[in-house]
Amino acid sequence: MSSSEKNNGSSEKFRIIPFIATFVIMLTTWFVFSGKFKIPFIVMGVISSLLVAYFSHDLLFPKRTVFKGMSFTWFKFVTYIPWLIYQIVLANLHVLYLVFHPRMNELINPQIIKFKSKLKKDMAQVTFANSITLTPGTITVYLSVYGDYTIHAIDDASCEGLPGEMEKRVGKIFGE
Amino acid sequence: MDIVVIVMIVLGLFFYFAGSVGVIRFPDFYSRLHPAGMMDSMGLLLVMGGLAIHVATGVATGDPKIIESNDILSAVKIVLIVVFVYITSPTATHAIVDAGVRAGLGPWTKKKSEDSDGKRMD
Repeated sequence: MSSSEKNNGSSEKFRIIPFIATFVIMLTTWFVFSGKFKIPFIVMGVISSLLVAYFSHDLLFPKRTVFKGMSFTWFKFVTYIPWLIYQIVLANLHVLYLVFHPRMNELINPQIIKFKSKLKKDMAQVTFANSITLTPGTITVYLSVYGDYTIHAIDDASCEGLPGEMEKRVGKIFGE
Repeated sequence: MDIVVIVMIVLGLFFYFAGSVGVIRFPDFYSRLHPAGMMDSMGLLLVMGGLAIHVATGVATGDPKIIESNDILSAVKIVLIVVFVYITSPTATHAIVDAGVRAGLGPWTKKKSEDSDGKRMD
């Protein structure tokens, strides 16, 4: 019980930067989704964004969030997306070929592979795991906090590139 | 531009179709998730990309020569659909795989199928 009380005590300290950041993100989302720029809509948006930002600024930016270099990380993440989509298209074509192949059962070789990743940060590990799952032919089965990945692969060609280049690129985004 | 949109949407529907065929044809639970979870994301990318181009060029609402701000907003919303699905789809797929592993279902492998004539043993 004492630990939870401690948590409550420290979360009551109001942090202004996460609040403002959450508010700006919420308001931007509001304008994109509403698409109306008349006074009543703007007032409603500001009020609800303020409420949501007040309630959940801890949710979007947890306590130990480091703001330094965050925008740079986001920029690097955006530059990673085109390469990821290119990989998704390549792998999709491969799975497409497998799906329509008449002797598909001889071509595929479902297997579970394990490897240890060098990534340390939570976000880097999750991004890497989701990238693996997004690429057809490989699904992340299990991921431990120490970076042990268990991957289910549909055939040999799908998993031969792992961890490889994708890990390097994800590591580059998060500066590892 | 219409041709690009039509080609993208038809290709996307083809990927959806391939995903459905793959779900039926692949041998076991885990390998069926590959087409189910991922061909969908490709189909979504193509279909929604086509729709976004269609809407952004103003063909859907009024004069195609004048691009209105509403058209751009609608296109951004369509792109946001893709973004959210690309975050949630791998998570959902992982949850399904995890459920299978926790239930103790072993993956289908080639050797087993040769030994036991396709029957799975955990």
